Amino acid sequence: MKDAYDILVIGGGPGGAMAARTAAEKGLSVCLVEKRPAIGAPVRCAEGIGKELLQEFISPDPRWISAEIDSAKIIVPDGTSLQLDPQFAGNEVGYILDRKIFDRELVWKAAEAGSDVQVKTRAVAPILENGTVKGARLEFCGKVKDVTAPVTIAADGVESKFARWCGIDTTIPIRELATCAQYLLTDIDIEPHTTVFFLGNTIAPEGYIWVFPKGERSANVGIGISPRCCGPGRRPKDYLDRFVADHFPRGKPIECIVGGVPVCKPLQTTVADGLMVVGDAARVSDPLTGGGIYNTMFTGKLAAEVAASCIAQGDCGCEALSVYDKEWRKSKMGKAIERNYKIKEFFITLSDEKLNALVKSISHINLKEFSTFTLVRELITRNPKLLLELKALKDSIS
Amino acid sequence: MMLTIHREICGYCGACVSVCPEGALELIDAYLEVDEKCISCGICTKACPLGALEVDHEGRL
Ligand SMILES: Cc1cc2nc3c(=O)[nH]c(=O)nc-3n(C[C@H](O)[C@H](O)[C@H](O)COP(=O)(O)OP(=O)(O)OC[C@H]3O[C@@H](n4cnc5c(N)ncnc54)[C@H](O)[C@@H]3O)c2cc1C
Repeated sequence: MKDAYDILVIGGGPGGAMAARTAAEKGLSVCLVEKRPAIGAPVRCAEGIGKELLQEFISPDPRWISAEIDSAKIIVPDGTSLQLDPQFAGNEVGYILDRKIFDRELVWKAAEAGSDVQVKTRAVAPILENGTVKGARLEFCGKVKDVTAPVTIAADGVESKFARWCGIDTTIPIRELATCAQYLLTDIDIEPHTTVFFLGNTIAPEGYIWVFPKGERSANVGIGISPRCCGPGRRPKDYLDRFVADHFPRGKPIECIVGGVPVCKPLQTTVADGLMVVGDAARVSDPLTGGGIYNTMFTGKLAAEVAASCIAQGDCGCEALSVYDKEWRKSKMGKAIERNYKIKEFFITLSDEKLNALVKSISHINLKEFSTFTLVRELITRNPKLLLELKALKDSIS
Repeated sequence: MMLTIHREICGYCGACVSVCPEGALELIDAYLEVDEKCISCGICTKACPLGALEVDHEGRL
């Protein structure tokens, strides 16, 4: 590790890895630091991603794909299920990744492009000069070292402490965190190419339970709910244990993980003088689904591209870097976040009876495109009364 | 300290860190640290997926 780089990246998740790789490919000197001793572990993810979305960044490789998905099912409290098959039957619409390997692959690609990588190295404070971020103080194995860079990219995930130290309020409002628990269950009967979502206020208040196949007889079975509904005996793990006892009593967990996903609005600003914030740290995960892999890769890459041109022009001030902030907000991803935030705010108000009725209205549909957007549009078409209940929902999809 | 961290329960996921309004929590790999900025507001105890955090309200008197 040198004393100075063009770009210092804090965090070795997919956001940091994409930023480091992109910057290195543009010929910049880059260092990526990760505080954990190993990239990719422990996994904090259900590992689902749309096929086309992923391919925007990397060609699929069987080494880090656990399962291919061709349909999805939503199950509501009264047991009614809604099967979503893409119109182009036979086309796989999604992947369940093996993120332990996937995250490593992304960091490896960054390293291959020329980035330095340091694990078990934690950023403990920004280096600030007159309010401008000039790098970070790093701690590794009892040593402390200051590393300077004209641009620091905070990709430190849900914790998002680095941007906070730089003066950006990253606190997630408590009701807008999805608090999650998940087992990797083996030896269970599943449909190996179908993702299943269970909704309902009793089983997963203001959230859902997912079953994401990881192979013929294993799956990530997890839950994300609102902390508002949590208390002793009502933690995510308690809800999940009850669900598993009901649905997969003979399943054997070979992994138990927990985590938090931001389902709030993105940070008000994702840039400051010398600083860019990407991925979960910027709160750009999808507020409706909690999906964040794509969004973090997208923002990581974009941030590095903008940083590269700012460095070339010798101006890494907030104003210059804000091209990044503007671009992601007006991108398809940015628009989807805005829309899905409104849809989420609507869906969490629905009673179980409403959920049942909604899903009954469209028990089987063939979607042209596999997305929450097309699903909600279909729901509204078949339930025009929904629109009276929430104008915002209509505005959000029109 | 009025916030108790049950380390045998903690899954060191950082959910609590993200909701702490004071920035008082810090995850050092698998070790959750709480510093003097903690005001025992209890928000983190709600965020924890496992119930590893507890605020001793009696300590507030
Ligand atoms: C239970 C669960 C299920 C999910 N399921 C899905 C899903 O199915 N599909 C999907 O798309 N998304 C899912 N997500 C969201 C997805 O996992 C995240 O959006 C994604 O990992 C964010 O990537 P990131 O690079 O921004 O952050 P992370 O992957 O969290 O990486 C941040 C890294 O920064 C490191 N770090 C933090 N602070 C410091 C520091 N001070 N110094 C150095 N390093 C630091 C951390 O150790 C971490 O490795 C899920 C999340 C959870 C919790």
